[in-house]
Formats: sequence, C-alpha cells, structure tokens
Amino acid sequence: MAAIDKTTYQEIAGNGSDYLSLIGWLGVFVAAGVAAAFYMETQGHVVTGMTNQIVWGIPHVFAVFLIVAASGALNVASIASVFNKTTYKPLSRLSAILALALLAGGLMVLVLDLGRPDRLDLTYLKQNFRSIFAWNIYFYTGFFAIVVVYLWMMMERRFNKYARTLGITAFVWRLALTTGTGSIFGFLAARPGYDAAVMAPLFIAMSFSFGLAIFILVVNVTYKSSKRPLGDVISFKLKNLLGVFIAAVLYFTVVQHLTNLYAAEHAGVESFILLDGGAYTLMFWIGQILIGGLLPMALLFHPATGRTSQGINIASLLVIIGGFVQVYIIIIGGQAYPLEMFPGFEVSSSFFDGAVHRYAPSLPEITLGLGGIATALLIVALAVRYLPILPASLADPIAEKQPASE
Amino acid sequence: MTDRSPTEEQNVDLARRRLLAGAAAAVAVAPGVMLVATGASARPKGVAADANKRWGMLIDTRTELSDWDTAIDACKTEQGWGGGNNPATDPQWIRKVAIRNKSTGAQATFPVMCQHCENPPCVDVCPTGASMQRVDGIVLVDKHICIGCRYCMMACPYSARSFVHEPVHNQRPHMPRGMGTVESCTMCVHRVDKGQQPACVEALQAKGSNAIMFGDLNDPKSEISRAVSAHVTRRIREDLGVQPSVHYQGI
Amino acid sequence: MRLVTRIFSIALVGFTLAMAHSAPASAAEDGSKVPMPSPSKAFKGEQCVEPVETMRRDHMLYLKHQRDDTLRDGIRGEKYGLNECIDCHATKSPDVAGGELRTIEPFCGECHAYAAVKIDCFECHTGAADDKPKQSSSLPIDHGELSDKAMLMSMMENYLDKGATK
Ligand code: HEC
Ligand code: HEC
Ligand code: HEC
Repeated sequence: MAAIDKTTYQEIAGNGSDYLSLIGWLGVFVAAGVAAAFYMETQGHVVTGMTNQIVWGIPHVFAVFLIVAASGALNVASIASVFNKTTYKPLSRLSAILALALLAGGLMVLVLDLGRPDRLDLTYLKQNFRSIFAWNIYFYTGFFAIVVVYLWMMMERRFNKYARTLGITAFVWRLALTTGTGSIFGFLAARPGYDAAVMAPLFIAMSFSFGLAIFILVVNVTYKSSKRPLGDVISFKLKNLLGVFIAAVLYFTVVQHLTNLYAAEHAGVESFILLDGGAYTLMFWIGQILIGGLLPMALLFHPATGRTSQGINIASLLVIIGGFVQVYIIIIGGQAYPLEMFPGFEVSSSFFDGAVHRYAPSLPEITLGLGGIATALLIVALAVRYLPILPASLADPIAEKQPASE
Repeated sequence: MTDRSPTEEQNVDLARRRLLAGAAAAVAVAPGVMLVATGASARPKGVAADANKRWGMLIDTRTELSDWDTAIDACKTEQGWGGGNNPATDPQWIRKVAIRNKSTGAQATFPVMCQHCENPPCVDVCPTGASMQRVDGIVLVDKHICIGCRYCMMACPYSARSFVHEPVHNQRPHMPRGMGTVESCTMCVHRVDKGQQPACVEALQAKGSNAIMFGDLNDPKSEISRAVSAHVTRRIREDLGVQPSVHYQGI
Repeated sequence: MRLVTRIFSIALVGFTLAMAHSAPASAAEDGSKVPMPSPSKAFKGEQCVEPVETMRRDHMLYLKHQRDDTLRDGIRGEKYGLNECIDCHATKSPDVAGGELRTIEPFCGECHAYAAVKIDCFECHTGAADDKPKQSSSLPIDHGELSDKAMLMSMMENYLDKGATK
C-alpha cells in the first residue's frame, strides 16, 4: 500500500511583478512561435533552412529533445510510486506536470513543422500501422491520458490508493514512448548514422538525464523565487541521480560509436562525427562530451561545487545544452553525411549526391522551437500558480520524516 | 557538367560484369514493336490496376550522355517540375548521377529516380499511408493524405523524393502538385494506365535510343524480362533487400 | 479513444489552424458582402452525373471516393473524376487568367464562400479546362451543339430550383 501523503501542497502566490513578467515573456515567445509556423505554412518551407537533403531541421531537434525530456521528467514520480522511495513523493505532482508540459511543447513544434499541419486529423483518421510514427501517435496521446489520470489520482485524496498502479503504468508506458521515439531513427536502414540496436537504450538514458536536469532547475528556481524552504537532502539525492544518468548517457554514447566503428560500412559516418566532420566533430567533443557530460559530472561530484545550489544549477544547465547538441548531432549530423548509394565510388549530381549537405537553421525555425519551450514552461508556470502542485516546504526535517511516517 | 567523357571509359571498370555486352545491341527494337512488347495496354474504364503486373525499367548506362538530358527534360515537360532557381530546395524527380571508382578511376553517368521498390521503406514508415504502392508495383504519394512529415524522405535509400518547398503554379492537368507535400517519379502512371510508356522512355525512343526500357517484369515474354534474364543487371543498394524495380546495365 | 485523441489534437494546434482557416469563415459570417450562392450554369451537359439534389449534398463524397479509386487503385475514366466536373462546370471568369481560360474555381467557390467551406483541391489541381481538341474524348462528338440546348435547359432548371431554395 502506498504511504499516506502528509505533505501540504499549495499554489504559489504568483502576484508579484516577477511572476507576471515571466508569464508575459513566455506568452510573447509562444505567440512568436505560432506566428513563425504560420509564416512557414503560408510561404512554404523555402523560408526555413531545410532542403531536400536535410529534411528534418532544427524544429525536429527541439521537438525530439522536448519529447525525450518529457519522458525523463516523469522519473521522480516513478521512483516515488514504483520503487516506493518516499523522499521523492512530495515532488511527484510537479514531475507529472512537467512531463505533460514538455510533451505538449515538443508535439506542438513537431506538428507545426509539418508541410500540411492543417491535415493533422489524418494522423488519427488514416493510419498505417506498420509505421513507427503511427505507433508514436498512440504512445504520445496515451502518455497524456495516463499522466493526467495519474496526476488526478495523486491529487484527489480518496483516489490515492490507485496512484501506485497508475504510476507503474506510466512508468512502463514512457519507456515504450522513448523506445518508440528512438526507433524513429533506428528504422532508417539506409542511413549509416543511425544504428538500430543501441538507439533505444541510448534514448532512454538521454531521457532520464535531460528530464531530470530540467526538473532540478525547475524545482530550484520555483523554490528560490517563491521563497519556500528547500532542504539539502532532496537536492543532493536528485543531483546524485543526475550524475548517474549523465554517466549512463556517456556509456551508451561510447557503445554507440564503438559498435558503429566495428561495422565496416559505418566507418565513414563515424569518422565524420568523431574526426573530420568540422562543426559536427567540434559539437560532439566540445558540446556533447565536454559540456554535456564531463563538466557537469565534475561540477556535481566536486565537493566545492556539488554541494551548492549554484553548482547544481549550472551542471543541470550544461546537461541541457549538451543534450540539445547531442540531439542536433543525431538528427542533423545524421542527415548531413551523404547516403552511401554506391559504396566505394565517388558520387556527384545536381541533387548533391555524395556531398556533405549544408544546413543553417533559420530564424522562423528557431522561433518555432523556442515557442515550444516557452509553451512547456508556460504550462508549468500556470499549473503551479493555479493548482496545488508544489509542497509548501521541502525543508530537510519534513523530507526526512517522510519515511518514518510510513 | 562533364558530360563528354567517352562511353568506353565508363565501361572499363565494370567490363567483367557485362558478360554479354555484345548482346546489348540486340535489345534495341523499333518503337512500334516495343509498345506491344512492354505488356502495356490501355485498361478499360472502371478497371483497377492489374496485380499480376510488375512494372519496371532497365537502364543501359553505356549510352550517349545526352540521352539522360533528353530523359530528364521529357520528365520535366510531362510532369511540370523544374525551372526553379533554388537548387537545394527545388524538386528533382529524376537526376543524372555520376560515379567514379576510387581505385580505378572508371566513371559512369546514369539517371536515378524512384526505384519503385517491391519492399519500399517509404511505404513502411509513412504514418498516414500516403506513401503507397499500387498492386502493379508503382510506388506513389497519395498527396490527398500526405501531411508533409518527410519521414519517407528520411527512409528512402535513393534520395528519390522531393518536398515541395514553395507554392506551385501552372501544374499539368494530369499531374497535380502542391506545396507542403512530398513527390517523386510516378513512372508516369497516368500514361501507363492509358497503355502508353513513361515520358522519358518515349522521348528516348523518338530519338532512336533504347537507353531506358519499360515493361512488365512479371511477364516472361516481355522485352524487359527477356533482357533482364539475358544480361547481368544490377540494382542500386541491392544489399538493403528493398528489391527495386529499376535495373541498371553497364555498372 | 478516438474522441480523446481528437480533443487533444484540437487543443494542441486548434488555435493556430483556427487562425489560418477561420478567415473565410468570419468573412462569411458578417453576411453583408457575401452573395447568396448561385453557382454558374454548367458550361456543357444537360444533366449532372447524379441528380442535382444529390450532387449538392454529396458531391464531396463522390469526389473523395473517386480520388482514392483513381490514385490508389488505378481506376480511370469514371464519371466522378475531377476532370469531368471541370469539363462541364468550368466557366470563364474575369478574375481568373483575365477571362481567357475556363476554370472551375468560380463554380465550386460560390457555395463554399457562403457555407464557409475551404477546399485545398486547387492548390494542386489546375481547375482549368482543357479545351484543346482531343484525340480521344470521352464526351459526345457533338457536344458543342449540345451545350447550347443544355445551357438553356440548365438555366431553366436552375431558376426553378433556386426559387424554391431561396
Ligand atoms: C497536394 C496535391 C493535391 C491536392 C491538394 C488535391 N489533389 Fe487530387 N490528386 C492529386 C494527385 C497527384 C492525383 C493523381 C493524378 C493522377 O495520377 O492522374 C490526384 C487525383 C485526384 C482525383 C482522380 C483523378 C481525377 O482527375 O479525377 C480526384 C477525383 C481528385 N484528385 C480529387 C481531389 C479533390 C476533391 C481535392 C480537394 C478536396 C483534391 N483532389 C486535392 C493531388 C492533389
Ligand atoms: C456532363 C456534364 C457534367 C458533369 C461531368 C458534371 N456536372 Fe455537375 N451539373 C451539370 C449540370 C447540367 C447541372 C445542373 C445545374 C446547372 O446547370 O448548373 C449540374 C449541377 C451540379 C451541382 C449543383 C449546382 C447547383 O446549381 O446547385 C453540383 C454541386 C455539381 N453539379 C457538381 C458536380 C461535380 C462535383 C462534378 C464532378 C464529379 C460534376 N458536377 C460533373 C453538369 C455536369
Ligand atoms: C451547391 C453548392 C456547392 C457547389 C456548387 C459545390 N459545393 Fe462543395 N460543398 C458545398 C457545401 C455546402 C459543403 C459543406 C458540406 C458539409 O460541411 O457537410 C461542401 C463541401 C465540399 C467538400 C468537403 C470539404 C471538407 O472540408 O470536407 C469538398 C471536397 C467539396 N465541397 C468540393 C467541391 C468541388 C470540387 C466543387 C466544384 C466542382 C464543389 N464542391 C461545388 C456546396 C457546394
């Protein structure tokens, strides 16, 4: 049986000018994102950086990053309900809200970047069940439904007893969701950059890491700005967990590239990413490995920085930046490297066969992507203002007494 | 464009593949005879495409290089694409690809377009079923339900598909095209259904070239089936198991 | 489940698309500027492919069914094809190509403006009639002669019908 939750949850006051201007700015970014999408839809994708070779541009990077992070953001709730770790229980509601918000933001970007977003209803009305995309539509909508009900069960005292069952359902469901998202790439046999086997576990590790990093930042920022107490116990637990997840991402990244190196036919794309891919190589070593992996690990585990909220915040921010770069390399880098139509031959054509494809993100695309992030944050900001999501206090004594009160 | 490299040069490297190179000339048949031999005939009104057929092409890469411009121009005229000035985003339903063997230096140039795979990856990945295969093997985009997600373009091993990046005007009445959807070679399905040959094939025959042969690969008596069984042909990226319907001879 | 997914999809992008697509709707709502529908007479033909009442109500079903039949199954030359509609219903209009070409947009557009329906068909389909002499026309050889009679007939029919509905 689940422990009875004695935490007091309370809406944040949200009257200050800080809160209002935050809402205002987020609103501006959301509106700009929608306007950018409208511009792209009426002018055509010629106003974006995409081409017939790089068909998924930076909106897909934003979208995949947000969707992957959404699943990871549910971690805290899962750990609390599935593994009965009561320390995390008070933060379950926020975890669920953040997961919903990130998924909504990601899907908004994905959908508004379609060539014909006005035909969205067809994704439900006409489905090809061999397509992993069609499956993902169910994974995404199912995730929404399950997490909404889960949240409701947690918030309605008389339904608390069902929360655990739903928590487990949500946990399993979002593993499937992340696997499904990773498999979008795994199914592309013709593209040497995407190796089927390791993509799924890599994406799961990425989701844990990115989602938790965003979660930590949201907790720290909301508690600081609403002047609510936040104890070290919960903070340190979260940061240790983040350290483990960063290590997992690094591990699977190594596996990804090692297995690719052993497959002779992938040697070309491997040396492109790791050695001679110019910007992509730089992004890989500096952005993904250093900024997204080694640096935050050092910050989290160094006694001087790992025990300060500043150190933890910066580490989380670095994980987010590095994670974004990682998704960029997977999506854009994977397309920039030419298809191997004639292995062993030099290939050229008016359609840029055999050449490394260029891509430069355009302003409308970036605006749309930022609009997705703003949408996610706006949902969180409004939720904590109007719903009892956040515990009034996460000070150590309460957080520590939790296990005892079980 | 370095179109003028001599034909012999292209052949050096792959000569061993052409076991029956001499026989290639025998394949050339007068256009009138071709029409019968393709197995193409006009279907009556109200009759669906024939599941017993499998339309395919055989491309002989050892021909005049100018043939490929003829074929590409014919396609542009028939289908109404081309003429843009954004090379990176303008659609190309068929294009001329030049390859050069890195170790021997031998070269070849030939057209690449939708290979009308028997197991088309674009059809597998399409979320709405817009990317589709007719029962006679022709792979098409049903633009009525294409949402423009571009997953098919990610999946295609041949970069055969284009996304319409800009508003389109002056479409051909038989070939509707529109912004925000994906398009590619239709094997001139509107002509094939009338018993005609694809525009590229017809244009080549008009100038006396047999560089692209069209016909029913399922019919052992068709010209193309006989050619494919008589000579060693090659299909691009056969290792992927997608079973393209377009065969190449001479590479 | 379908309902849930629909609601979700609407909530997600509904407002964006509403922005893009409600423009003609709101134009129709203020009523004053939009004329009552009076689709132009058929250019040729004595009667439609189905009774007029049926066509008014169900033309979209015929079209959508036909387009799947043609595109996906390869069934050609049937009477519900869009090119058939164009052949009979396209008219010259000063708004389109300076009145040079016969196009179908005015015919389809009039009711749709009134009913606030937006169709995308003519982003791809040209809508222009192919009046060049054809080698193998599916129409009667003497349709030029027919069309005058048809015009008169349909004019009468039209006035009778419209009188009742207005
Ligand atoms: C994105 C482009 C696009 C749009 C938009 C579009 N079509 Fe089509 N349509 C096509 C293509 C391509 C074909 C196939 C032509 C062929 O193979 O001959 C086609 C074929 C058809 C056909 C069968 C051929 C014929 O002429 O009868 C019908 C009917 C049809 N469309 C109806 C419609 C209707 C009704 C709409 C609007 C609701 C529409 N289409 C919108 C691209 C489009
Ligand atoms: C043989 C010529 C012919 C063809 C083909 C044809 N129509 Fe008609 N249609 C007519 C005639 C004649 C009328 C009677 C009213 C008139 O004269 O405008 C009519 C009436 C209509 C009406 C009712 C108009 C009103 O005044 O309320 C609609 C809607 C319509 N047609 C749609 C279509 C569509 C859609 C197609 C293609 C599937 C089509 N028609 C094909 C000749 C034709
Ligand atoms: C008599 C008036 C009239 C004429 C003429 C007419 N339509 Fe319509 N059409 C309508 C109405 C009314 C609706 C909306 C029906 C509904 O919503 O149930 C409609 C709906 C449609 C739809 C479905 C739209 C959607 O969003 O699903 C299509 C497609 C369509 N019409 C095509 C055409 C074409 C093509 C023509 C010209 C050949 C045409 N219509 C001519 C009245 C007309």
